[in-house]
Amino acid sequence: MTIGLGHYLVVAACLFTLGIFGIFLNRKNVIVILLSIELMLLAVNINLVAFSHFNGDLVGQVFALFVLTVAAAESAIGLAIMVVYFRNRGSIAVEDINMMKG
Amino acid sequence: MASALFFYLFAVLAVASGASVILTKNPVHAVLFLILAFFNAAGLFVLLQAEFLAMLLVIVYVGAVSVLFLFVVMMLDVDFAELKAGFIKNAKVGALIGGVVLVELIALFGYRGLALSPVMNPSAPIPANITNTRALGQILYTNYVYYFQGAGLILLVAMIGAIVLTLKHRQGVKRQSISAQVARGPATGLEVIKVPSGGSVIPPAVKHPEAAE
Repeated sequence: MTIGLGHYLVVAACLFTLGIFGIFLNRKNVIVILLSIELMLLAVNINLVAFSHFNGDLVGQVFALFVLTVAAAESAIGLAIMVVYFRNRGSIAVEDINMMKG
Repeated sequence: MASALFFYLFAVLAVASGASVILTKNPVHAVLFLILAFFNAAGLFVLLQAEFLAMLLVIVYVGAVSVLFLFVVMMLDVDFAELKAGFIKNAKVGALIGGVVLVELIALFGYRGLALSPVMNPSAPIPANITNTRALGQILYTNYVYYFQGAGLILLVAMIGAIVLTLKHRQGVKRQSISAQVARGPATGLEVIKVPSGGSVIPPAVKHPEAAE
């Protein structure tokens, strides 16, 4: 029983779908939305590394490294915005975020 | 055989903890399950012979990002039960869309005619006799050095942005003003008061440099 590329892609697809599902499920909670985005980026990274391994090409791992960097920066900025928002409004409910609505 | 066993262990645990991230009621538990998911993904990376990325995942995600999440979740005093309202209503739409995406993706990957065969000429073939970290460093610091610097710039911008966003200057706090202290000379530091003979003066408030600010 050999583990091929398809196995890894299916795992990544499951994780990606869980990320999408989590965004819909916890539509009011910004923290869980950010966690779901992290899950989706993890699924993308698994895809990249799996293709890198099975194609014998190292560039996939380099790209996964950059995705990791951007994901870390994104979560830091997202959490900072959330802290500032909570300080101003006292809540992190997504439907309250309409101050910039025209 | 052992690698297949480990693959299924890591894959099942990763997907199960991913499901727990979005289904659990307590956000602290959600973050802890995310840590578990990242650990298992790191295991999958090790199976794929990407050891450097696996360790990076553990260090960056488990060590930094998840701790950041935990800090924020514990710092904010949010009524999470209130945010759970509409869970079931949203679940139907989410299950529909997520199910469609999952079926599509698995159908695509499971399709036998799909050419998932190795490419003929990879742009950076994995070297056979050196470690993964070394190979990654050799390509990252040569062919991709500008992208690498760009990634560093992104992290710098994120760091400065996060600091600028969350830094709060409270009013009414006495702070040291070094420039005012250095600029203090005889003219400002000394005051000659003429006392009338037989009388007295109430001394004026002492002018501290930080109070003058």
